[in-house]
Amino acid sequence: MHVPDGFINAPTSAVTGVVAAGAIAVSLRGARRELDERTAPLAGLVAAFIFAVQMLNFPVAAGTSGHLLGGALAAILVGPYTGVLCVSVVLLMQGILFADGGLTALGVNITDMAIVTTVVSYAVFRVLVKVLPRGRRSVTVASFVAALLSVPAAAVAFTLIYAVGGTTDVSIGKVATAMIGVHVLIGIGEAAITALTVGAVIAVRPDLVHGARGLEQRLKLRVDGVLVDAPAPQGARTAPVAARTSRRALWITGLVTSLVLAGFVSYYASSNPDGLEKVAHDKGIDSKTGKHASADSPLADYGVKDVENARLSGGLAGVIGVGVTVVAGSAVFWTVRRRRTPDVSPSSTSAV
Amino acid sequence: MGAGHAHRLYRHGHSPVHSLPPHTKLAAAFAFVVVVVSTPREAMWAFGLYAVLLACVAYHARVPAGFLLKRLLIEVPFVAFAVLMPFVAEGEKVDVLGLSLSVNGLWGAWNVLAKGTLGVAASVLLASTTELRELLLGLQRLKLPPLLVQIASFMIRYGDVITDEMRRMRIARESRGFEARGVKHWGVLAKSAGALFIRSYERGERVHLAMVSRGYAGSMPVIDEVTASRAQWSYALALPAAALVVCLLGWTL
Repeated sequence: MHVPDGFINAPTSAVTGVVAAGAIAVSLRGARRELDERTAPLAGLVAAFIFAVQMLNFPVAAGTSGHLLGGALAAILVGPYTGVLCVSVVLLMQGILFADGGLTALGVNITDMAIVTTVVSYAVFRVLVKVLPRGRRSVTVASFVAALLSVPAAAVAFTLIYAVGGTTDVSIGKVATAMIGVHVLIGIGEAAITALTVGAVIAVRPDLVHGARGLEQRLKLRVDGVLVDAPAPQGARTAPVAARTSRRALWITGLVTSLVLAGFVSYYASSNPDGLEKVAHDKGIDSKTGKHASADSPLADYGVKDVENARLSGGLAGVIGVGVTVVAGSAVFWTVRRRRTPDVSPSSTSAV
Repeated sequence: MGAGHAHRLYRHGHSPVHSLPPHTKLAAAFAFVVVVVSTPREAMWAFGLYAVLLACVAYHARVPAGFLLKRLLIEVPFVAFAVLMPFVAEGEKVDVLGLSLSVNGLWGAWNVLAKGTLGVAASVLLASTTELRELLLGLQRLKLPPLLVQIASFMIRYGDVITDEMRRMRIARESRGFEARGVKHWGVLAKSAGALFIRSYERGERVHLAMVSRGYAGSMPVIDEVTASRAQWSYALALPAAALVVCLLGWTL
């Protein structure tokens, strides 16, 4: 999946480069919290591990074999921030040293293979670990599903990037079908290997698996024939340090990024119909589609009514859209959180 | 990385290209690729001129053509993809040798092939004339975050160690009669990968302790600051400047 130079046009590559740089900056701060001053050697060694494990061939059948991509594995084993960093460093070094993936396509590659896979797999993993019963088996199951979804997610992200800035004239539908079809298959292999590997690490050193923190059993002592909790050792870390993410910084970064993308990037993109609309138009699929129910709304077709300049109105609509999404999302989040708070113990909320 | 531990990607030499400061080479290679990517694909002759420019650099760096071509093989998967493109792309068709090919697909395939190959060739030249350590120093000089450079340098330093460890585990498996033939052997391989992770992580912890005991406090001391004179900069940037001229000609002609 390493994208070479010239596959994605220059403006899109530049935008993905900015996205990748922003994500790496956030991850550098986050990784310091995950690993404190041990970041450099540990993340470096984990990157070397990812690099090596990508060379480990898993035979499928009759001479064909696959290998691990490692995004999901890194996220589950060492945490999302360190995972993004490790995979990005691997991609950077592959680009510069091995000429694997173009130098100008570095932003595309990092966004696609480091950020999307890691973030998607870790989000899925966290949700599943919360939902499933506590235990080693559910960590393995969760990592299976997380890795299974992460690879097609990367394919979807690639298709989106291609839709915005692809240089070739293959229709989006065909690219999406081919990419996602192939990557669902790859995802199954990735999922099996990731789950088996995480299971193998958990069996030996469960304390090393970032995603399994908080699952270890408390030490119990038998006093007079009754099991009692052993007193916690002095100075032990009660909650994982990684939990204390400075949410405000993350929040502001995300908001600014989406505003910039929606307002500024759509300024350039919105004057042309997007790929799917174009395919539909070319093939006459859209001749039958009726008007959308909200076609008369002030934001219909991603433009603000009564604003003449098409690009400006598109950008404005993007900004308004982000605002509405943020407000709606926050409302849902706060409602859910308020409802959950009473029946959750304080120790588990601090680990969210 | 001590002497005698030259990486297989690097070709030792004393050419003028080898002696350029690493950050000028990195900047030049990156600028060159950016210029190549922004050239219109219809200007076929421009890509020929780019290839000539790279050949000049390879000649000055005394990198043999065979070495360069062998390293270009990394591109093969995308060549296969590019070959498919004329068959699946949309648009008007043209008959070539009895096959109905899409014109846009042919242009797309040419675009990816030409730009991809030139990009790979530029990276290969960069890697074969610059030592790994120098590359990292150059990245640091180009204001990459120091922590990222440190992570990259640890990855480079221990990449071979970890790969060798994986190779020893494979030899250990094979000497016990194990041969991975299908999906049912994945469990064994995954256990190896898990063991490899634990070994790598524990090695990382030991490396960190060794560093702390030698006075590490979160940042590496800079002992060899690389600097570039104006002449070296202009020498390195001659490549992208020439490419830019070609690119501008390609847009205007």
